[in-house]
Amino acid sequence: MAVWFARSRNLVSSLRHNLCLSTILVKGDYSHHRPIVSTCQLSPTVFLSPYVSSLRHESTAVEKQPDLVQHSDEEDVLQELDFPGGNVGCTSEMKFIPESSSRRIPCYRVLDEDGRIIPNSDYFPVSEKLAVRMYEQMATLQVMDHFFYEAQRQGRISFYITSLGEEAINIASAAALSPEDIVLPQYREPGVLLWRGFTPEEFANQCFGNKADTGKGRQMPVHYGSNRHNYLTISSPIATQLPQAAGVGYSLKMEKKNACAVTFIGDGGTSEGDFHAGLNFAAVMEAPVVFLCRNNGWAISTHTSEQFRSDGIVVKGQAYGIRSIRVDGNDALAVYSAVRSAREMAVTEQRPVLIEAMTYRVGHHSTSDDSAKYRAADEIQHWKTSRNPVNRFKKWVDDNGWWSEEDESELRSNTRKQLLQAIQAAEKCDKQPLKELFNDVYDVKPKNLEEQELGLKELVERQPQDYPPGFHV
Amino acid sequence: MAALLGRSCRKLGFLSSGHGARRSVSTETGKSLNLYSAINQALHIALDSDPRSYVFGEDVGFGGVFRCTTGLAERFGKNRVFNTPLCEQGIVGFGIGLAAMGNRAIVEIQFADYIYPAFDQIVNEAAKFRYRSGNQFNCGGLTIRAPYGAVGHGGHYHSQSPEAFFCHVPGIKVVIPRSPREAKGLLLSCIRDPNPVVFFEPKWLYRQAVEEVPEHDYMIPLSEAEVIREGNDITLVGWGAQLTIMEQACLEAEKEGISCELIDLKTLLPWDKETVEASVKKTGRLLISHEAPITGGFGAEISATILERCFLKLEAPVTRVCGLDTPFPLVFEPFYMPTKNKILDAIKTTVNY
Repeated sequence: MAVWFARSRNLVSSLRHNLCLSTILVKGDYSHHRPIVSTCQLSPTVFLSPYVSSLRHESTAVEKQPDLVQHSDEEDVLQELDFPGGNVGCTSEMKFIPESSSRRIPCYRVLDEDGRIIPNSDYFPVSEKLAVRMYEQMATLQVMDHFFYEAQRQGRISFYITSLGEEAINIASAAALSPEDIVLPQYREPGVLLWRGFTPEEFANQCFGNKADTGKGRQMPVHYGSNRHNYLTISSPIATQLPQAAGVGYSLKMEKKNACAVTFIGDGGTSEGDFHAGLNFAAVMEAPVVFLCRNNGWAISTHTSEQFRSDGIVVKGQAYGIRSIRVDGNDALAVYSAVRSAREMAVTEQRPVLIEAMTYRVGHHSTSDDSAKYRAADEIQHWKTSRNPVNRFKKWVDDNGWWSEEDESELRSNTRKQLLQAIQAAEKCDKQPLKELFNDVYDVKPKNLEEQELGLKELVERQPQDYPPGFHV
Repeated sequence: MAALLGRSCRKLGFLSSGHGARRSVSTETGKSLNLYSAINQALHIALDSDPRSYVFGEDVGFGGVFRCTTGLAERFGKNRVFNTPLCEQGIVGFGIGLAAMGNRAIVEIQFADYIYPAFDQIVNEAAKFRYRSGNQFNCGGLTIRAPYGAVGHGGHYHSQSPEAFFCHVPGIKVVIPRSPREAKGLLLSCIRDPNPVVFFEPKWLYRQAVEEVPEHDYMIPLSEAEVIREGNDITLVGWGAQLTIMEQACLEAEKEGISCELIDLKTLLPWDKETVEASVKKTGRLLISHEAPITGGFGAEISATILERCFLKLEAPVTRVCGLDTPFPLVFEPFYMPTKNKILDAIKTTVNY
């Protein structure tokens, strides 16, 4: 790649002056024939001075000049060099790859803000049946989020995480996958589980940690998991699922299954080491994995401008040798098409694919967060209303004549009723028996846990007032 | 990697004491093998007996920096035995994913000193995978192998004994073999155990220890300690390479009329309290020795437990002869280590208490 040096005389002279690079070779300035030497110490003040940051902006500006953009490969490539890693052309022109492109990677979208298909869009057509189901599930997810959020506010469950604003990512991605694809979620993707058939009762049982919870009450609410639905149990640590997804994908490849691993991460999670590990392993092992990053602008209170300096996440794919796309995450049709294509590539070409879905986190990070403390109310309102993915898709479904206001009110009221009943039933349901505290640490309970269980049973029988009621020994 | 020079070029004949509770396998004859060859054999058997098993890590393809994986890639193919990028959190994370799908993932961390980037995956993911899912998922097929311990010239980052960190994590198992024959049987048990296991291999013994190792497929049970030398005056508990040093101390103590009972713990988590308890109830004295620094070392757990269970039977305080509370030093290694004479001194002090 080209090494880039500013043609601007001003820039060069300021560099010479400020960075002590008195012998900078300027292209075309061959009469000097002096090598570039940076023997002098760069004074720390120069680095910290605001001037340096303005230099950075200047170099980007310089890049926009058309005569600097392209250079003929034949002229510059003097010969091919073989290094470990393959042949690489060489050039005597010293050019740095700019820290950013002049143009951000564009965002793939199919529906405009009014829910109309943009002419000449590439997309997979969606049947009425599929479209209606997708819309219903997006609306159900919205209702479910509101109910469980309220339940936490009322003190009935201890914690909840909403996916408000990200319904299109949740449902459209799930709709584009096959049930055999193994999903490794972060925690803002319950819609994928909903699509696959997890019931409101099952969601409620996990949130209440009752006897019917298949997770056996061991984790906080929203840490769903279901082997029946090929949805691995959520864990709170961020990004740990990414290298695991590479291993899952590799297993599917070795078993020659027509399936891939699909794993989700937020914008914040891409700063974790496990993001690097996961993508690199998936690429090297040629594992069929779809990495779906929900770039919703916020990691709790940390805006993406404090998370990375790259053009989002999509540009990182190529660094790992991974095909990538940026998609409008609030456009259900675009998400559906992108995920479907990515999945097909992953499975048929046995390779990982990265999707960056641009969106906005309408809700708080969780019930332990009050995002009004760090975000403008009108920003939230804007995304909640005019940029709402559910409304946008609804308009398209409506316009096709596939949905009516009667359907809407019927869906909303039925879903509300169902959720109310589910929450009430989950609340009344028995607690987990105490023995489940000690099971499943290992496949078989070891001696130390047998002893501790006996000890605890005896203690609870002797002093029941010290312990919450309802946990049968 | 550097040749194992070191304290003595004499090959250590292995702890072949003929007393006490023993597995029948230790009376069998076999080929004379060193530790890395015994481990290599175990891996060959593991991959041969289960087509859904994999061996991977840095440099395992050509045989590994300690030759433990020699011949595996050639025999089982590069799809099952492969090099990974240099990234421990990726190695273990990838292994968890494979194991979650029902495969056996036998993962190598090149030196235990480098296991820490994978600590999050081991503690927060592998150890809790089954429990947090209500037993809907598990990664029991995961086995993490890592060379650990002093090697004579390893310094801070090629000598560490990090077992204590892992013994504090419910949900994983921690196993440390003392010899080639033990390593093969224990490793096969670890690989086939339906729980994630961390298997620390004493690198000092890779070439130094030679023993008759049966060539067939055999397993030595986990969480069963072994009395490898019977005695009446004091119980010594240890694991891995340290047992050789401890046995030398026992032999010298015997010359002075002290009868020592030596126990190989083998599995540190979950550990066999009953065997140690029975021994200390007999002898009334306990000495624990490990290379890892004394403060917070696993010896503290053994000491506290035995104190609780055997207090009235104890004739003397429980004593620990361990590494110093410093990073593992290079030129000062002979001073840092829990040597035979340090142990002998402690035996005598305890017996004369």
